[in-house]
Amino acid sequence: MLKTFPKGGIHPSENKITSAKPIKRLPLPKVVYVPISQHIGIPAEIVVDRKDKVEIGQVIAKSGGYVSSNIHSPVAGTVTKLDKIVDTRGYKKQCIVIRSDVKNESNFQENEYPLKEEISLQQEEILKRISEYGIVGLGGATFPSHVKLQVKKDKLLDCLIVNGVECEPFLTADHRLMLEKGKEILVGIRILMYALQIDRAIIGIENNKKDAIDLFRSLTSGASGIQIAALQVKYPQGGEKQLIRALLKREVPKNGLPMDVGVVVHNVGTVFAIYQAIQHNRPLMERVVTVTGKKLNDPSNFWVKIGTPVKDLLDAVGGVPEDTRKIVSGGPMMGKALKNTDVPVTKGTSGILVISEDEASRGEPKNCIRCGECVDVCPMGLEPHLLMNLSEKGMYEKAIEEDILTCIECGSCSYVCPSHRPLLDYIRFGKSIGKQLESNK
Amino acid sequence: MSDQTIIVSSSPHVHSERTSEKLMYDVVIALLPVFLVSLYVFGINALIATFTAIISCLLFEYLIQKFLLKTKTTITDGSALITGILLAFNLPAGIPVWMIVVGSLVAIGIGKLSFGGLGFNIFNPALVGRVFLLVSFPVQMTLWPVPIENNTTLVDAVTGATTLGLIKEGVQFGQSMSEISTQIPSTADMFMGLTSGSIGEMSALALLIGGIFLIGRKVISWHIPVTVLATMAVVTGVFWMADPEYYANPLIHVLSGGAILGAFYMATDLVTSPVTKKGMVIFAIGIGVITVVIRLFGSYPEGISFAILIMNAFVPLINRYFKPRRFGSRIKAKIV
Ligand code: SF4
Ligand code: SF4
Repeated sequence: MLKTFPKGGIHPSENKITSAKPIKRLPLPKVVYVPISQHIGIPAEIVVDRKDKVEIGQVIAKSGGYVSSNIHSPVAGTVTKLDKIVDTRGYKKQCIVIRSDVKNESNFQENEYPLKEEISLQQEEILKRISEYGIVGLGGATFPSHVKLQVKKDKLLDCLIVNGVECEPFLTADHRLMLEKGKEILVGIRILMYALQIDRAIIGIENNKKDAIDLFRSLTSGASGIQIAALQVKYPQGGEKQLIRALLKREVPKNGLPMDVGVVVHNVGTVFAIYQAIQHNRPLMERVVTVTGKKLNDPSNFWVKIGTPVKDLLDAVGGVPEDTRKIVSGGPMMGKALKNTDVPVTKGTSGILVISEDEASRGEPKNCIRCGECVDVCPMGLEPHLLMNLSEKGMYEKAIEEDILTCIECGSCSYVCPSHRPLLDYIRFGKSIGKQLESNK
Repeated sequence: MSDQTIIVSSSPHVHSERTSEKLMYDVVIALLPVFLVSLYVFGINALIATFTAIISCLLFEYLIQKFLLKTKTTITDGSALITGILLAFNLPAGIPVWMIVVGSLVAIGIGKLSFGGLGFNIFNPALVGRVFLLVSFPVQMTLWPVPIENNTTLVDAVTGATTLGLIKEGVQFGQSMSEISTQIPSTADMFMGLTSGSIGEMSALALLIGGIFLIGRKVISWHIPVTVLATMAVVTGVFWMADPEYYANPLIHVLSGGAILGAFYMATDLVTSPVTKKGMVIFAIGIGVITVVIRLFGSYPEGISFAILIMNAFVPLINRYFKPRRFGSRIKAKIV
């Protein structure tokens, strides 16, 4: 029996059309737009000025506090502007605009470094470097990684979970990375185990990526406390809480963190970034992005420099077809629809999904027929129909009592509702007001 | 692609193919075998009753929404169609057509639209219509045409009593079950549907085929029908074991009096049943127990309609107290 979480979840069409496509390198973008807030927490502070020449990997914005992160120049070039532009989430954000220097060789150096297995840094140095090198959660949450690694003294950690689930339909960035950088990821895991002083790690991978499971199994045979766990394909298994429940049968308490049950979770992409930082001295400047959609000419996986406009990615797959209705940053379940394609790729961009007319259509919302489907699929044990109702009526206090704040915004409820009710739209709204109410208390 | 054509609605950007219409039409499909049996057993009377109910329900929904409430009409969503079919299936064949029209008006007007339409109604609309007729016209509502013999005649059919009616009468006249059992249909006949009763409650076989289809299509879950029937079997079983000469055996109870129709098609109405599986089980136990109590101690031999309506009233309460378990609310610290 494959492992999975017991309550809720859905299985939308997987549509992993790019899973056999090796990661290609996107040509050097002429201009990059690097937002100073690509992570959860305080935005970084800009430390360069207009007309400054910057080297690749140079810090261009400094961490603005504990829960924050440095930002490094993804290219060598010249700062042309400090400007506000709309980010993938639709907010205007301060951006550092850099024109790449096409003559500078460092811009064309690829990250194909020989595998380096031996870990020479000390524990303290490792943690310090992870925090300085701008590493944040690349699974989409973009939580600064060093914060997750700062274990409070009273917490007992016993397991590192590496998230290779990639449960979002369409996305294959993590899948490809596991196949192409499996050995590096294993070194990254060892680095983290050493830094956290724990001797157990589990890589959780859904069973639709058998090749990755087999690869890791062959690489780890008999070794070193690293287990490979095949998981049943079920969305949203990549959610931290669901993954921990699936792998260890531990339930993170309502307002708690994975740490409360002795676990730290990192995404495979993050683990690779940590490997690069520790072993090859490379700060986080690029990531894998799946550019996909059923109607695209050549959907692909790319190594993309942070700050590259989405437009460049779409050009690289042959442009968007006529009947495109939506361009989504991320996957179809949790991604954000973009207003335009000038927005840059950030540390949290795992994919760009192009959705056509016929796929985007959604029926008119009808009355709730109390079928309970939304209740059945909610992985958090909530009652989405009730929460929507309460948000609609402005009964936010009651919604908080009904645990609206624990909603992980996975969208399973909206996905299944046979009456096409925009459940998550209302829940999100109620949640944001609920959060304000809570913080005012 | 021009900028105007881009939509920026929020996630999720994909949706399951299931729609409430599809669910409703699945129910209609599930009821087809039952309808065919009713045509065989009651002939043209079943046809007239069913079509009268369907047309009246659709028409009343349309008229009330269009002219009284002045809202969008929803007659294509399949729900009024189902109400019509289920109302007819709960009536005796040969009931006067005007009564069916009145029943439909009550079902749609009072049972559904007066609450605010589909999704807001508390009681199963078809049952509201049926019970209204039963209480207002008790005589006509219990004239059960004898099956098959007269399935081509239109009027003045020979009438007989239902299985449970026969048992109730017999018991009242002091007959023992072994005496009564010579007068009631065999369990095989009950299973196939060759007995007296409402249009759609006849054939357990046809009802089960449709019910299994609905469970297979995930339109309903097994929880309600199985629990209702199991509860009825257990409770009647206790009485029967205590005094088999006075009480009918559980099999007779489950196979007659609309138990299967009620359990699979009426109690499972999405709108008027609880949302969680836990809630459904509680709801279904309630229906089972109340049905048996009415049958054994009340004045109606069938009882399940009342039982469902009574439990419908408790659904909001059940939903409030039988919530899904919230993730992370029971903390089992299992760190080694
Ligand atoms: S899935 Fe939709 S129709 Fe069903 S209970 Fe939830 S909100 Fe209502
Ligand atoms: S209520 Fe929140 S957690 Fe539950 S299914 Fe909907 S989006 Fe997911």
